[in-house]
Amino acid sequence: MSSVKTDRFQFHDHYLVEDLLSDDHRMAREAVREWVKQEVSPIIEECSEKAECPKHLFKGLAEIGAYGPSIPVKYGGGGMDEIAYGVIMQELERGDSGIRSMASVQGSLVMYPIYKYASEEQKMKYLPKLGSGEFIGCFGLTEPDHGSNPSGMVTNIKDDGDAYILNGAKMWITNSPVADLAVVWAKDEEGKIRGMVVEAGSKGFTAPEIHGKLSLRASITGELVFEDVRVPKENVFPEIKGLRGPLSCLSKARYGIAWGAIGAALDCYDSALRYSLEREQFGRPIGGFQLTQKKLAEMITEITKAQLLAWRLGSLANDGKATPAQISMAKRNNVNMALEIAREARQIHGGMGITNEYPIMRHMMNLETVLTYEGTHDIHLLITGMEVTGLNAFK
Amino acid sequence: MKYLVCISRTPETTAKIAFTDGNTQFDKNGVQYILNPYDEWYALVRALELKEAGGGTVTVINVGTAENDAVIRKALAIGADDAVRIDTDPKSAMNVAKQISEYVKSNPHDIILCGKETIDYNSGEVGGMIAEFLDIPFVSYGEHLDIEGSSATVKRDIEGGSQTVKVNLPAVISAAKGMAEQRIPNMRGIMMAKRKPLNIVPAVPFEDAATVIGYTLPEGKSAVKMIDPENMDELVRLLQEEAKVL
Repeated sequence: MSSVKTDRFQFHDHYLVEDLLSDDHRMAREAVREWVKQEVSPIIEECSEKAECPKHLFKGLAEIGAYGPSIPVKYGGGGMDEIAYGVIMQELERGDSGIRSMASVQGSLVMYPIYKYASEEQKMKYLPKLGSGEFIGCFGLTEPDHGSNPSGMVTNIKDDGDAYILNGAKMWITNSPVADLAVVWAKDEEGKIRGMVVEAGSKGFTAPEIHGKLSLRASITGELVFEDVRVPKENVFPEIKGLRGPLSCLSKARYGIAWGAIGAALDCYDSALRYSLEREQFGRPIGGFQLTQKKLAEMITEITKAQLLAWRLGSLANDGKATPAQISMAKRNNVNMALEIAREARQIHGGMGITNEYPIMRHMMNLETVLTYEGTHDIHLLITGMEVTGLNAFK
Repeated sequence: MKYLVCISRTPETTAKIAFTDGNTQFDKNGVQYILNPYDEWYALVRALELKEAGGGTVTVINVGTAENDAVIRKALAIGADDAVRIDTDPKSAMNVAKQISEYVKSNPHDIILCGKETIDYNSGEVGGMIAEFLDIPFVSYGEHLDIEGSSATVKRDIEGGSQTVKVNLPAVISAAKGMAEQRIPNMRGIMMAKRKPLNIVPAVPFEDAATVIGYTLPEGKSAVKMIDPENMDELVRLLQEEAKVL
């Protein structure tokens, strides 16, 4: 059951949070929403059903300016602020979490570390082409045996004159099978985590696709396998050493997810609200029944809280004051909120809710990934726990 | 080639329409506004395409107050070089046309483009009135526009077919669906728009000859009446007596 449908989405903003945004933010939101309606909505159900990544959208995302919007224009970004970045991620995820992932990996996990940690030559070599979509990037931190505990990674580099020799494997890497380059984190001979750019086509470097995902099916995911790959020394980020490097990138991406998840929640809520007013049982719209209203009222309440949380986090980020712990709280809360809303929205849609006539199940399945990647739901809880108690419960 | 594109701010298409002050004023409460799609998708984009192909400048002009600046910035984000806002709150199409024509008299342009109509009052009057005030040709409902030398060729929609018109410049041309395709502004365009000039100029005195006495909403849709397929006589009777279409 697959069809091209008109995207009837309408935005919901119960507390007029939009009034807190600038004209630029609103224009960015409107532009990306229009782009999603034209480019994503007509094809996303079929892409998801067939587990096909709409690769042509990599270029489209570049044209709209979704890659690194808060990175300076000189380096291929948009020169916008952090709230604009959040708004863009939200509108993309309103379309699909996988499409948002394509953009947030490119911007936050590839362009950002190169912008932040690479030499000027590396920046000019890679960033403009990443911003324009000529290059697609991916980010390798997670390993088959090291997910929540990245510091245990076994991927390593050994000094070999003008290059390092890279060995190891990375897992669950968004965009990796189609990527032109990978930002890879590996331990040097002192056990320090170093970041580097590894170009596709390097001898010994492969990126096999992971099949059988029941989530983020429109986004391509793979491994990174390194067997004695020579990485020129100029490709290694000169300054940053330790876990702080990759974690700073994750903070950036998690921030985008905190905004993005609201988009998925809004799409589910919007569909459920419309369905509740059109679907009649016992002679009247099901939206008139108390139990449906309870669901809808709680949904918009949670969405409104998440919108305010994201906006405040964005304001802090613009002032350079957003802490990783604050980002953790927002990511955890907003993704969980979106997943709960997807489940409630599915119930309001009744049997229709399990079909791809409606976006609910796709969002719900996507959000299961979003709940786990970029720091699991539980790990973010422990980050907040450590923040408030000062005690480390990780190990 | 200097292009001037007239742009309007109109309520968003899903806005709930209501009136205040004894049905004499449009109720703006809670209404979201957009750039009039005919101005944006067709007139502005075609001007940009022609400029990109043959050079020149594209200026957008709006008659309105500062609350219109957001949609003007959107036109700049899509690609217009600069913008002019004539600072008054016009109550009629004629005032809009008067203000724009006075501006053009002191700032000549080769082509003045506008949408075929705005999606709020749908009167489609401004283009023709500007042409009249300036005593230059007006071609309406253009669905294709090309420029060659000092003339424009406009293919326009007419009842049952189309008509191709060649017109000397300067001229006013109104744009209908088909003249161009919507361009979504990108993030870089949005940021560049902040640095593009938006010149605010005072309005010339104007007194409207007509005033709005009142607005009325169309009657709501009545419920669907189901007629038994066996009862054709009843269907004919209803079409004759109630719907009055037979």
